[in-house]
Amino acid sequence: MLTKQQIAQRIAKELKDGYYVNLGIGVPTLVANYIPDGMNVTLQSENGLLGMGPFPHKENVDADLINAGKQTVTTLPGSSFFDSSTSFGMIRSGRVDLTVLGAMEVNDRGDIANWKIPGKMVKGMGGAMDLVASAKNIIVAMMHTNKAGESKLLKECSLPITGLNCVKKVVTNLCVLDVTDRGFELKELAPGVTVEMVREATEGRLVVEGDIPVMTFV
Amino acid sequence: MNKVVENADIAVQNVKDGSVLMLGGFGLCGIPENSIAALVRKGVKNLTCISNNAGVDDFGIGLMLQKKQVKKMISSYVGENAEFERQLLSGELEVELIPQGTLAERCRATGAGIPAFYTPAGAGTEVAEGKETRVFNGKTYLLEHAFDSDFAIVKAWKGDTDGNLIFKATARNFNPLMAMAGKITIAEVEELVEPGELDANEIHVPGIFVNVIFKGVDYEKRIEQLTVSQ
Repeated sequence: MLTKQQIAQRIAKELKDGYYVNLGIGVPTLVANYIPDGMNVTLQSENGLLGMGPFPHKENVDADLINAGKQTVTTLPGSSFFDSSTSFGMIRSGRVDLTVLGAMEVNDRGDIANWKIPGKMVKGMGGAMDLVASAKNIIVAMMHTNKAGESKLLKECSLPITGLNCVKKVVTNLCVLDVTDRGFELKELAPGVTVEMVREATEGRLVVEGDIPVMTFV
Repeated sequence: MNKVVENADIAVQNVKDGSVLMLGGFGLCGIPENSIAALVRKGVKNLTCISNNAGVDDFGIGLMLQKKQVKKMISSYVGENAEFERQLLSGELEVELIPQGTLAERCRATGAGIPAFYTPAGAGTEVAEGKETRVFNGKTYLLEHAFDSDFAIVKAWKGDTDGNLIFKATARNFNPLMAMAGKITIAEVEELVEPGELDANEIHVPGIFVNVIFKGVDYEKRIEQLTVSQ
């Protein structure tokens, strides 16, 4: 089974030279740690920064320079700042090549729920609904099951959804799945995980064809 | 017309009980600290606040929530404020959560004289309930409307006495959009200079949109998530 870091590391294999990428809060943020050397990937932060750099050293912290998770960050040569309307203009018009998000639930048609638990959690959707409504390539990074051991890969989402038919790929602690018309297609297994373990942990339609390779990270 | 006032208390003097306010900022970054403090001192109540976030318990809009000055919040993300969540779950506070890009575009539309527009964000979700939809090229879009706000209160880095504004780094966020959208726009700035001292090439918001401007003092610029490299 994968750690959160390994989930991020596996997702980093999906990056391509020249990509503009938006990383959500949590595990998706960790993907930035695994951008291959020499690959030119530009991170977009929807609060108004393109070309996000690493966290600052203590002496360079600037309260006016944060990412969408409200963390202090830095710029890089070629970075730009812009207002929130311009930021979501980039997102809605399809300029962002890859979006990586966390999720509470995903169903086998690619619907995602990640913004609200009625009566329990009232935080809001932030930019997630805009991202999932427009991004052409959405990968979800999440644990395969919730804390109660229940599947998060479902026939139908039980929570209020964030967007319809938008998730293309899911990377969990157990496996890599593509979301297609047939449901969740098993593509790779995490080291030490069997097809049976994935079946057991997946409530939605699961498609297993041929020998499923064990994932690699480089 | 003189737009310059001495301080925040004078700048917000016309805000009344029941006013609809737009407040710039993302998290605590680029929020109009001085004006919020003045609104707390003034004690106006039943405010509707349009702002991406609701501050934290003891800073930003959180200070107005503590004093129960806010009747309704229109925001995209309110996860950092326990008092907010308490007032919401107990029914003391109304909240309308809307997608962040829709919030930004509704502000922009307001300032651009556009009454409504179509956006895909929220199609097929709770956000779409009761809204007109239309299909363009096979994809469903929601009709979203401009806001009707009495005051926009923004924070800029530099401004001149004509009301021209320049923002710094990611403290720009919603500020320019809201500056364009207020029936009355109040701008607080860290540096206030004479016309001609700002380079016209670098101005983000032209002074025509700004009615009141003042030099803020004692900026705290609190950081929500201090994160450093080792």
